[in-house]
Amino acid sequence: MKVLIMGCGRVGARLASLLDEDGHEVTVLDNDVYSFRRLPSNFGGAALYGNGINEEALKKAGIEEMDIFVALTQGDNRNVMSCQIAKHVFNVPRVMCRIYDPLREEMYAALGLETISPTKVFAQLLREKLES
Amino acid sequence: MYIIVVGGGRLGYNLLKALLNEGHEVLLLEKDPRICKTITDEMGSVCYRGDGCEAATLAEVGTGRAEMLVAVTGDDEDNLVSCQVAKHKHNVPRTISRIRNPQNAVLFKKLGVDVTVSTTDLILEAIEREVPTHPLTHLLTIDEKNLAIVDVKISPESTSVGKTVKDLSLPKESQLALIIPDEGNAYVPTAGTALKADDQIIAVTTMETEEALKSALRGM
Repeated sequence: MKVLIMGCGRVGARLASLLDEDGHEVTVLDNDVYSFRRLPSNFGGAALYGNGINEEALKKAGIEEMDIFVALTQGDNRNVMSCQIAKHVFNVPRVMCRIYDPLREEMYAALGLETISPTKVFAQLLREKLES
Repeated sequence: MYIIVVGGGRLGYNLLKALLNEGHEVLLLEKDPRICKTITDEMGSVCYRGDGCEAATLAEVGTGRAEMLVAVTGDDEDNLVSCQVAKHKHNVPRTISRIRNPQNAVLFKKLGVDVTVSTTDLILEAIEREVPTHPLTHLLTIDEKNLAIVDVKISPESTSVGKTVKDLSLPKESQLALIIPDEGNAYVPTAGTALKADDQIIAVTTMETEEALKSALRGM
């Protein structure tokens, strides 16, 4: 599958590398080229400089041909905006959005975005560990 | 009218002041405690410290009864989310967002923001108006009607000088509304009005026929 990942932080870089190992065609987009150092040296995908809330930058990154778009920048609002562009402007079949703020996450999930709140997931995980 | 303003920068600050002067009930949301303190010291308790993109913050300030939310932070993505939360979580009837990237106007409308104001476009238009050689400048754009009110200056070299309005082959979607001559009072032109050098023409046009109007008036 063709996957576009926005944000090459720890999670973005790791996900890119895992999907690359599984044989997917991965493109990573970040507005700071320094963050590409996190990608492993044997990374077979593409790493592109660009701002994911800009339609032109997304086009250049090939969003029109993508099967999956994942937003993993540090900013909830940037993720939300880029995911809505991916979904509503470019009709990417599957769009995944990381949103730290649980309330915001619930709202955008209700609006039809596929969302994950690491805050909720991690707190739940800790609770299970501590209570077991 | 209860209005919430998000973002206490220069724009938010001046908007808050203007709306308060008009007698509205206004609350400004600002994350930075120092900015909040400055505003509170000057204008009283009209500033609330908090994130205007957070549903919880918006609930605390009674966004449910707000008739309007205006998001004027410097980041388009923050303004978008603030307007969307106000709209979808709190049913605010009218949301207005400042945008810096003019391309976002179409996207924001599609995503439910009622009005966008592109500060970049406004500044560009204002500067163009001051460039004396610029043949056509936008005075006002009425998006809903797909109309623009424009200002065209007739240069002395233009072949339209001396021609009457009916001989100009203007696109039929365009109307000349007013002529402001170099000297004397402004007047409403008729079919028989002849254009003079240095006339300033205020016209109403559709977006599509703007170029045709410009050519007809400049006589090229």
